[in-house]
Parts: sequence; C-alpha cells; structure tokens
Amino acid sequence: MQDWRDAKGPFAAIFGAPALWLLAFFLIPLAIVWAYSFGRPTGLTDIAITGTFANYVRTADPVYLGIFAKSIWFAAITTLLCLVVGFPIALVITFASERGKALLLLAIMLPFWTNLLIRTYALMAMLRTEGYVNTSLGWLGIGPLPLLHNNFAVTLGLVYVNLPFLVLPLYSALDRLDKSLLEASLDLGAGHLRTIREIVIPLALPGILSGLLITFIPALGSYLTPDLLGGPDSQMIANVIERQFKRANDWPFGAALSFILMYLTFICIAGQGLLARRREKAGAV
Amino acid sequence: MTLRTRSREAKGPLDYARNWPLRIWIALVLVFLYAPLACLVAFSFNESRRNIVWTGFTFDWYGTVFGDDELITAFVNSLTIAALSTLASVVLGALVAVALWRFRFPFKPVFDGLVALPIVVPEICMGVSMLVFFSRVVPWPTDLPWPLDLGAIVIAHISFSFPFVAVIVRARLASFNRELEEAAKDLGAGEFRAFIDVLVPHMRPALIAGALLAFTLSLDDFVITFFTSGPDTVTFPVKVYSMVRFSVTPEVNAASTLLMAVTVVLTLIGLKMQGKDVAKMGNG
Repeated sequence: MQDWRDAKGPFAAIFGAPALWLLAFFLIPLAIVWAYSFGRPTGLTDIAITGTFANYVRTADPVYLGIFAKSIWFAAITTLLCLVVGFPIALVITFASERGKALLLLAIMLPFWTNLLIRTYALMAMLRTEGYVNTSLGWLGIGPLPLLHNNFAVTLGLVYVNLPFLVLPLYSALDRLDKSLLEASLDLGAGHLRTIREIVIPLALPGILSGLLITFIPALGSYLTPDLLGGPDSQMIANVIERQFKRANDWPFGAALSFILMYLTFICIAGQGLLARRREKAGAV
Repeated sequence: MTLRTRSREAKGPLDYARNWPLRIWIALVLVFLYAPLACLVAFSFNESRRNIVWTGFTFDWYGTVFGDDELITAFVNSLTIAALSTLASVVLGALVAVALWRFRFPFKPVFDGLVALPIVVPEICMGVSMLVFFSRVVPWPTDLPWPLDLGAIVIAHISFSFPFVAVIVRARLASFNRELEEAAKDLGAGEFRAFIDVLVPHMRPALIAGALLAFTLSLDDFVITFFTSGPDTVTFPVKVYSMVRFSVTPEVNAASTLLMAVTVVLTLIGLKMQGKDVAKMGNG
C-alpha cells in the first residue's frame, strides 16, 4: 500500500471525484435534514433552524411511539418468518449438486431482481377481494376472506419481498461450515434436528445474525409495502415520514422522524458488531 | 429440478437436497415466490378487462401500453436514467475501490465507513434528503430540455448506486497481484497507462457485475425517485405507482411484464458476460 503523500497526483485523481460526490450529493443533503430536525416551520415554505428539540419531543407522543413499536414489530416478525422459511432452503442449496446450487440460487434471486413495485402489485392482484386467491376459494365455497389492506397483507408482502435478503447470507454462512463436523454428529447418533440445533446453528451463528440484520434493516424502513398492501392501521415509520414531507408539510418533524429511523438502524448495526466482537473474543480465550 | 446428482448411489446422511420433506418445502416456497408473478404475466394476455377469469388470448393490452404516451415517456426516462447513473456509478465506484485498495491516507477508516453509508441508510431517509436538497439548496430548473431535466434523479441514483459498485470492485481487487502494476511501470508505462492497461482489465468482471447491479438498482428504485422527481419528470415505477394505487388493470400487467422482461434479459446477459470473463481468465 502506498502513502498518499508519495503520489499526490494520482491520489487526487482517484480519490477526488468520489469523495466530492459523496460530500455534495449525500452527506450535505443528510446534514441539512439533520439541521431541519432542530427547526420549526415559519410559513408555508420557510424553516427557521432554532435549535429546538420540540420535534424530538413530539415523536414521544403515544401515536408516534405506537407507530415505531409497530414498525419494529413488523420488521421483527418478517425477519423471523424469513428465517423459518429460508433456513431449509439455504440448507438444501448448501448440500445440492453444483448445478442444483446454481439453479436454486438463480430461482431465489430472480424475483429479487424484479422491480419491487411490480412484485407488490402482483401480490395485490393475488390478495384483493376479487383476486385470484379469493376467486379460487370462492369456487370451494369459502370466503371472500379479507386478505388485502390489513396487517396480514403487510407481513406477507414483507416476507415476499425480503426472503432473498436472508437466504443468500444464510447460504454463505452454511456453506463455510466444516461438513465433517455434521457427519461426526450424525455418526455419533444425534438426529438431524439435534445436529442442526447443536452444531449447525452455533457454528453458523455470526453469519445467521448478519443475515437477520440485513433483512431487518430494510424491512424496518419499508415504505411501499405498507403503503400499497396495508390498511389504515398498518402504517410504518416511512409512511409517516412521507406524509410529513409531502402532505402535512411539516418538514422539521419529518426530519426528526427520519433521523430517529436512522439512529435505530445504526443501533442495530452497532449491536451486531458488538455481538460479533464479543463472540470473537470468547472464541479466542 | 435437477438436484439429483448421484441418484444411483445410496443417499448420504447430509444429502438434504434429496430429502423429500425439504424438497416439498422448496417447491412450496418457489410457488409462493413465482405464482404472483406468473399470474401477472399470464393475465396481461387475457381478453377480459376484469383481470380475474381467463376469457381468451389477446395482445390488446400491449397495444394500449404502446399507445400510452405517458407510459412510454416514463419507460424511456427510466432506461435513460438507469444508463446514465450506471455509467457514472461504475466510474465512481471503481475509483473508490482503487483509492481504498492502493493508498494509505489520513481518516481512511472514516472514509471507508462514510462510503458504505448509502448502502445502509434507509431509502426513505435518503429520499427526503434528496427532496430537501433539490428543492431548497440546489433547485433543479424545471424547464430544461430532455434529458437534462432528469439530472436530479440521475444524481440521486448515482449516490445510492456507486457504493455498491465499490464493494464489488474492492472484493475483486483483493486478488490483484500488485507486482503486475509495478512491472508495467518498470517497463515504462505511466500512471494512467498502467491503470488502463493493467488494473482495469483485472477489474473487468467486477465492473460488469457492478454495472448490472447499478442498472437494476436504478430501474428498481421507487422511493428515492418519488421524492426527487418533479411533476414533469416521471419514471416508470412512479407512473406505475400512480396507476396501481387505485386499481388492478391489464394495462399495468402488460407494462410490468415488459419491464420484467427487460430486467430478466439484462440479468442473463450480465451473467453470461461474467461467465465468459471468468472462462477467459481460466485459460489465460
């Protein structure tokens, strides 16, 4: 590795453009939102940055606390369901033949490459009262069930959208395991479930945890899924933020909510990092 | 599924891929993932407007889509934005990767963390920051000729795409033999020549993968575009969103099918190009 002072010209040429871009079109916009979160609206479009904490105090209102709790609940249940659904898939991919592996990974990833809005729309067409599921149930004499515009639809939609986020990291965690340990456990008489519980999960835990994090974070900030599939009581933080910026026109309050969402995200990442470090230390001793 | 490898051999204890309950589970999950998309595609060819019961095959809805100027404009906008943003993201992402790989500089861990930030920051937060930036700090003129009027959206897309490219290129650079670059310089190549002739060919597979990811991310993005776009600059997802909110119609099915086809074709091309590159490296 080269010290930047030994090659100032090339360093400036390589480092300059991306650093400036990041500063101008990412950090400064975020910093402005952060500053707005300490301001108050003084008219239709004007905002005075007064250093007030009033916006943050307002987020402690039970209505907004409820929405935060609901968002965390949605994201947590989604992550858990993705784990339950995705773990067997990751297990199969790990132990499939080369060709089977490639095909299954492609099959799991292809919907993931498809536009999020289109996937959500496809679910709407399935779930609505005149949708395919209810029509089929109707032929059996059941229903119509209320499948769309409620919390059930949001949870289903979040699982549908986020499942590949969890399967991939799970697969890469399981793929790194030493397979002979699993064989030894099975040889010594442990059943499959016990082997998974006592060998696979503890050994793959760091990978599993980071997979959970990768699923939880985007789920927590979901906007489109609750917006299109949810009912009036299934709003998540992102929907409230959108309303502050687009309709209620209370940008400082929206900015405060945005930053609370950011802080929650950072806390999750830091927590996971701490856990990983503690495990490493425990392993070293 | 062709999961059977050694079908004639006895089943090993770890052959989870040949375990029937697990196979049924996989089949169910694949149905869950694909059934909605399959229905969406199938019913884009259905005669009935009601979109539920199959009444007959037709291409009419595609005709409607191609006759819908707004939808076509939105589609062209989306592809243009994706192309421009991909180009810039690949360049910026590669530069980030090279800078972090090649140089020691003060506050390097800080820069490393900041560059990864757009990947983890929730979309909605980035969306509102772009809304604030382009309406208050640098108001993007609304009367610019196409495609300059898309500038704000392109800038926003580059900001969330290039860190992904950087991650991919960095992983690739880890396997580069630095002596090759030194050799090129010993043989008289200047900084720039060594970069273009030695480093860039090595990064090529990662650049293609990064470009593919950047293109898909841009084409896929709704939330950030929704906040950045003005009333006159509509992208395909934003347009579909306004159509979808109220009804499920076969036109939307047809338009969605077209976009899905574009994405699938691009993904396959990208995979194929990467495969070729890997094969070439194996031979050379």
